[in-house]
Amino acid sequence: MSLTAPIAAIGRQTLAFMALIGRAAIFASQGLSHIVRPPFYGREFLVALLQIGWLSLPVVGLTAFFTGGALALQIYDGGARFSAEAVVPQIVAIGMVRELGPVLVGLMIAARVTSSIAAEIATMKVTEQIDALVTLSTHPMKYLTAPRVLAALIVVPLLVGIGDIIGIFGGFVVGTGQLGFNAATYIKNTADFLQFTDILSSLAKGCVFGGIAAMMGCYFGMNSGRGAQGVGQATKGSVQAAAVLILAANFLLTSLFFSS
Amino acid sequence: MITLDNVHKHFGPKRVLQGVNLTIPRGESMVIIGGSGTGKSVALKSVLGLITPDQGLITVDGKDASKGDRDKFLARFGMLFQGGALFDSLTVWQNVAFRLLRGSLKRPKAEAREIAIEKLRRVGLTPDVADLFPSELSGGMQKRVGLARAIAAEPEIIFFDEPTTGLDPIMSGVINDLIREIVVEMGATAMTITHDMTSVRAIADKVAMLHDGVIKWTGPVADMDQSGDPYLDQFIHGRAEGPIEAVR
Repeated sequence: MSLTAPIAAIGRQTLAFMALIGRAAIFASQGLSHIVRPPFYGREFLVALLQIGWLSLPVVGLTAFFTGGALALQIYDGGARFSAEAVVPQIVAIGMVRELGPVLVGLMIAARVTSSIAAEIATMKVTEQIDALVTLSTHPMKYLTAPRVLAALIVVPLLVGIGDIIGIFGGFVVGTGQLGFNAATYIKNTADFLQFTDILSSLAKGCVFGGIAAMMGCYFGMNSGRGAQGVGQATKGSVQAAAVLILAANFLLTSLFFSS
Repeated sequence: MITLDNVHKHFGPKRVLQGVNLTIPRGESMVIIGGSGTGKSVALKSVLGLITPDQGLITVDGKDASKGDRDKFLARFGMLFQGGALFDSLTVWQNVAFRLLRGSLKRPKAEAREIAIEKLRRVGLTPDVADLFPSELSGGMQKRVGLARAIAAEPEIIFFDEPTTGLDPIMSGVINDLIREIVVEMGATAMTITHDMTSVRAIADKVAMLHDGVIKWTGPVADMDQSGDPYLDQFIHGRAEGPIEAVR
């Protein structure tokens, strides 16, 4: 083995990764363009809304509630070290709305929705259902990708908003039930401290994360390999890619909204 | 009439089609035979535009299949896939009427359902299966539903990809008879790929043998047994010895 072999291997992996990013970007631009061009598949859009939005509510609600509660406990305990226990409502609110709400919802959607979309579309590909769509004069990007991505762009910000509220409520339950906060003061402090930009950034992140989650599910599904192994790889790859891209996008969006 | 003129296709280092020349006259039933992995499906999918050939020309009624309005082009075709390729999320009648519920051939829902039930009857299924999901059907019933979907929009050209794979001999016979009846009744041009010789004899007007990426022999089904072609002879008699290498 030559001395340059490890460098060549890294180079090959880097090129493959860059090619993947390029293909995914082209796929995303095509997927987005199909959202605004007819024909539109209303039934598929409504089904996607139900599956991505309504059916994700329990997992999003529970995750947000427990995270809000745990955050209240952490802030109270950490704040006590420098006599700042009183900031629990404010920190829980800002923590949930600016950061934890969108990121946790994004990751939950990546786990629940991205994997499901990738597995479903990959199975359709393996069983020739995608080819069947084409022979039935139906564009797979329009029929499968566009409705799912559009539904995610609309419904994930709503889920983030609901997650934010439930997370703050989790903090409120712990704060008033366990940490001795007055309920009215807790609510007032939360409401006074939150700004419009906080809420806007939260919903904007939800929109971007939703788009990433649905797009990665569709991309990996459409490009899956053959057989059960291909479906498995597509599902795993889609969740990994969605999670990493969501966290990277979170950093970029946070920089954009709050760097000043 | 469908023509394939010097069609080539490779996947990585594997050269699947290496200059396929084939003509399927209008209203005839052509069956392409050949071993597994010889490119039969690739040839069929190339005509439909599901796979883009590297080289060569495919024409349908003299027009380049890769050019023009795709929707209009595909509206002329019906296809029965090997595994049925029914959409799991839709009921049987919605699968059959898929093309009639959207796109240029769209009809009112009630009319589309009526046509779907009529096509299901044509392939020997009762109306009570219309509201079932594909996962609730047996393999043979799924093939019939796939066949009903293929003929739902009265296509001029029908493709059958391994129509009897995975079926018992009796069900295979039923599907073969149905295909033959439907093709004759509709006057459609048919292209079938299979390695089931019973299907070949039941369905074909003409047969083409694909091997090593080229058509080794083509002719009427009646001439198949006296072709004198060593590849075809070995294949139709299922002999391990002959010019086609059999991996043991």
